[in-house]
Amino acid sequence: MAHSPTVTGATRAYHLEHEPHPENGTALGFWMYLMSDCLIFAALFATYGVLGRSYAGGPGGAELFDLKLVAINTAFLLLSSITFGFAMLQKQLNNKGGTLAWLAVTGLFGLAFLGLELYEFRHLIHVGATPQSSAAMSAFFTLVGTHGLHVTFGCIWLVVLMIQIAQHGLTRANKRRLMCLSMFWHFLDVVWIGVFTFVYLMGVL
Amino acid sequence: MSAHDGVHDDGHDDGPHSSFSGYMVGFVLSVVLTAIPFWLVMNDVISNRTTAVLVLGGLAVAQILVHMVYFLHMNGKVEGGWTMLSTIFTVVFVAIAIAGTLWVMFHMNSNMMPAHEMHGQLSS
Repeated sequence: MAHSPTVTGATRAYHLEHEPHPENGTALGFWMYLMSDCLIFAALFATYGVLGRSYAGGPGGAELFDLKLVAINTAFLLLSSITFGFAMLQKQLNNKGGTLAWLAVTGLFGLAFLGLELYEFRHLIHVGATPQSSAAMSAFFTLVGTHGLHVTFGCIWLVVLMIQIAQHGLTRANKRRLMCLSMFWHFLDVVWIGVFTFVYLMGVL
Repeated sequence: MSAHDGVHDDGHDDGPHSSFSGYMVGFVLSVVLTAIPFWLVMNDVISNRTTAVLVLGGLAVAQILVHMVYFLHMNGKVEGGWTMLSTIFTVVFVAIAIAGTLWVMFHMNSNMMPAHEMHGQLSS
């Protein structure tokens, strides 16, 4: 009976003195969410990769996509990323007004992006390239639309957080929320790199 | 453990420290890495489609890395390396999912075609 339950001793310990949990659990947890979101986009990118050229006899990407529009949209999103960075820098200085101002600029760029994207969708549907018209267009609207939906919810989150900061200031909780939204926002820009490269640029080749 | 939690209010929850120069370096690099692929495609610089796809893919990967490092403040030390580990897992998973899907589906496409079209070309 080597494993007698009566064995005692000061050295036997069932808990570590310091549990190896990370210092900043929220950031890691939110990162896990972003990575799982990444898997959703991976599935949608793979779907587009398979179906992206099955236009069912309709016009292809070279005729449908307006690269100038996409370039402007990309610029909007990239600018919104850097202005969010400026908001984070103002947050570090505990400057509430500066944080809110840069968040507002970020939100406006986000809305400009969404506006232009909706204009593009409206144009595509107007010329007959609806989600129902072909497998390629279904995959296109699902992928780009899912990204646009993320940006939409990012904008809603941004407005809610701005109200929170305006009312309660840059409290610890609000700084944590700001960090999460910043990760979310930059993540959406990373996904957009994939969208403009694989959908638009390679689509018109 | 609980004593440790008690002194947790040390400002670690508002994320990594970032700097103006870091954001600007990231921004300038992203603008360059965005402008090059748009310029390549809009001016038809590369005529070979395969080469163009490879160049565009490489530029996209480079820009994603720039965003990860300068905007998402990614490095091997955040969260004791767990952020990096979960990212590597995701990247491997995404690569297998996308490459595997394309591989399997294109082979099925070419093998399941009606007999008279079956000469190796893909329906596009």
